[in-house]
Amino acid sequence: MRVRHAPRTRVDWFLTFLRFSLTALVTVGLLAFIGQQIDPDNFFARAVNDDASRLSWESIKDLVVSGLSQGAMYGLIALGYSMVYGVLGFINFAHGEVFMVGAMTGMITSNKLADGGLWESNFVLAILIAIIVSVLCSTMTAVLMERVAYRPLRGSPRLIPLITSIGVSFFIQYTSALLLGPGAKSYPQLPDWLRDDIPWLGIEGKKIVVLVVAAVSMAGLWYLVERTKTGKAMRAVAEDKEIASLMGIDVDRTIVTTFAVGGAMAGVAGILWGILFGSVTEFTGFLPGIKAFSAAVVGGIGNLGGAMAGGLTLGSSESLAPQMVLEPLGVTGHTQLKDAVAFLVLIFVLLVKPTGLFGERLSSEDRA
Amino acid sequence: MTDNGATPLLEFRGINTHYGAVHILKDVDLAIYPGELVCLLGGNASGKSTTLKTLLGMVTPTTGEVVLDGEVVNDKPTSYRVERGVTMVPENRRLFKRLTVKENLELGAYLRNDRDGIEADLERIYDMFPRVKERLGQKSGTLSGGEQQMVAMGRALMARPRVLLMDEPSMGLAPALVQTNFELIQQIHQAGVAIFMVEQNANMALSIADRGWVLQTGRVVLDDTADALLANPDLRASYLGEA
Repeated sequence: MRVRHAPRTRVDWFLTFLRFSLTALVTVGLLAFIGQQIDPDNFFARAVNDDASRLSWESIKDLVVSGLSQGAMYGLIALGYSMVYGVLGFINFAHGEVFMVGAMTGMITSNKLADGGLWESNFVLAILIAIIVSVLCSTMTAVLMERVAYRPLRGSPRLIPLITSIGVSFFIQYTSALLLGPGAKSYPQLPDWLRDDIPWLGIEGKKIVVLVVAAVSMAGLWYLVERTKTGKAMRAVAEDKEIASLMGIDVDRTIVTTFAVGGAMAGVAGILWGILFGSVTEFTGFLPGIKAFSAAVVGGIGNLGGAMAGGLTLGSSESLAPQMVLEPLGVTGHTQLKDAVAFLVLIFVLLVKPTGLFGERLSSEDRA
Repeated sequence: MTDNGATPLLEFRGINTHYGAVHILKDVDLAIYPGELVCLLGGNASGKSTTLKTLLGMVTPTTGEVVLDGEVVNDKPTSYRVERGVTMVPENRRLFKRLTVKENLELGAYLRNDRDGIEADLERIYDMFPRVKERLGQKSGTLSGGEQQMVAMGRALMARPRVLLMDEPSMGLAPALVQTNFELIQQIHQAGVAIFMVEQNANMALSIADRGWVLQTGRVVLDDTADALLANPDLRASYLGEA
């Protein structure tokens, strides 16, 4: 079938210009980086950046591992955005708050356990308890949110639950501030073996824990969605609610399950946040939430593998790009541009592949 | 072939439905007996789809009773009716395109828990549609129209229906496939399943049906045996395209 192109407008030219200039910038930056790695004094690297210097392999490895562990966390949160979008076709902007609730309740639980002494005596058991509590609280938050805020709006135009979700987001942030007081709260100190590098890998133990826990959660989710009756019902509801109910599937209950599963993943991510960064505030959900949403879009919204891939892409880009693209380009203050990089990646992917990395064109039937 | 005295499997008693202020079905009475093959004919906007949706509980009638096996089911959800043997093959098949053929079939048996029975029924469907068996692992959206029709019927049969509602089975299919399709419907009927078919293709439908109704702007205007309907001059004029 031949696709007929509409005549190019000024907007199209502008987008093309953006595509080319972004690609060119990234290419030049990467080439300069390769140049400086070979020899900081070589002509090209110096021409782009006077202060070009070689980055040690040790620090590159650190950046990759940090990027991946943070990306895995984004990916876990992104799953919730993607799943809810899949079944209801709207973005639940309060999902970042579900993640924050996980991090908060994880903080409370682990501090209680530290007071009781279990945190020091049997860390593995303590962290498992903390994970379970976080997951339960996040799941409950997500389910309650659906019941109270979104179900009454079922059938209304999509903009309405979207705006509601922003309201829900504020509500949860300030409720948390009211109940626990505003400001940062610390997790108890992690045991030494997690803070130190693992000898033969040279990677911090906590980052390995984050990657492993994220991988296990993902595998569990994949099994649930692809191999169980519940998962089959979820996918059926996402595709065609009317026919799903014709099969005898309880659509409302399946939607609740979707929120619950997304909430559980966000709860896991919350605990991982605590392990990685050690503190949490009532606003912790905002930026990771927005980035996870970007990750879901980068991967192709509605696609679960895509959400995880998007998270890893975003996490590693924001960790690597400042050193590997911006610094060789001579951009000053490049380490502070981490967040900007994350959103530039989003813009870049949308410019090049508007459906996201793994996105399919959505059917117009259900989501006009 | 209305055997008087038997209880209808599915029945409409004086059904009226409204979408907002619009009056769709007007005092409709229908009765489907076990094991029959009946059809409901009518043009666009005559209320055929609403009839099906009301039978399944996706539309609630404003007055009148929907009776399933002698029980008034007006306020019962779709799942309740599916569990008791009412299933539909929707218009345009409406398969879950991103799910595999096997998953589509399994979803048909969603409310059943008899593992062995489900396996046995799957085998029966593979026997009936050998082409479906070859495509089990494939996403159903990649199948041809005819194959999708088979999967749609198989999916409905997995619910072990006693009455199968068919919404426009000839819609969107090539003429050769329409013929095959009607043969499949007869085959299912011969296996003892009552069939209630909603069709625009009156000739084809009446050629296999026992009885039929004609619906016009929400009202049943003709109710007779298929042979009598085929011979009816009014019907020939308005639905069979003969002057």
